[in-house]
Amino acid sequence: MSIGHYLVLSGLLFSIGAAGVFLRRNLITLLLSVEIMLNAVNLSFVAFGRYNGDVTGQIITFFVMTVAAAEAAVGLALVIALFRHRESLNPDAFTSLKW
Amino acid sequence: MGFDQLLFFAFAGVSVLGSLVVIGQRNPIYSVLALILSFFGLSGLYVLLEAPFVAVVQIIIYAGAIMVLFLFVVMLLNVPREGESEWDKAHPYFRPWPLRIGAVLSVLMVVELVWALSRTSGLNVGVAEQRPGVSSVAELGRVLFTDYMFAFEVTSILILIAMVGAVSLAKKRES
Repeated sequence: MSIGHYLVLSGLLFSIGAAGVFLRRNLITLLLSVEIMLNAVNLSFVAFGRYNGDVTGQIITFFVMTVAAAEAAVGLALVIALFRHRESLNPDAFTSLKW
Repeated sequence: MGFDQLLFFAFAGVSVLGSLVVIGQRNPIYSVLALILSFFGLSGLYVLLEAPFVAVVQIIIYAGAIMVLFLFVVMLLNVPREGESEWDKAHPYFRPWPLRIGAVLSVLMVVELVWALSRTSGLNVGVAEQRPGVSSVAELGRVLFTDYMFAFEVTSILILIAMVGAVSLAKKRES
């Protein structure tokens, strides 16, 4: 398979994730869309790493996964805290900076 | 069409379809399960790219740990299905002009992506043609603990901070 196939697939997955962030009105689905985008970038890192024949691409993938895990933990904690206040996960319900 | 190509398109189809299901329907539990399916497709692609360790980590860490965390939160909060009424049509963004600007910007982004890809040369070079791949875990560990030692240690601090932050955010306030 050519490098272009992997890049097009990666761009496709990234666009799906970005569309999810714009289209969905649910904080958890928003976080899932961010995960899709991170994974699309991971795919192109690994593809370029294979193309260059070194391990750097795979190692950066591990760092991206670590950051994704931290992001998911903090993001979900925020979601739980917000849900306690408003009983809603619609981002439009949280428009004030202070309550 | 060779067997490798067949596998590539099968795994790519699984991951794209899984991602589309994630954003295409309103029940968060189905979204999480579809994302796990999508990760299995990506894991197969990593195997095709001769990165078996990344593939295993993708399944164990992503599908196994992070997605279980998501599923746990979805079930803990008993998240309601997203309804039609969730869209606030009176929002300023729903006036005609912001909508037009947003549509123009997204079309512009697609045009830019297609233009950039069409102008790039060397896209049809096989991904495994140039150099032999490195798939040994020993080599990965050697590079990770020598060249990327500092980044690795910073990552551990990041995880510690994320853990403390998550606990203090999700904790019930006394007041």
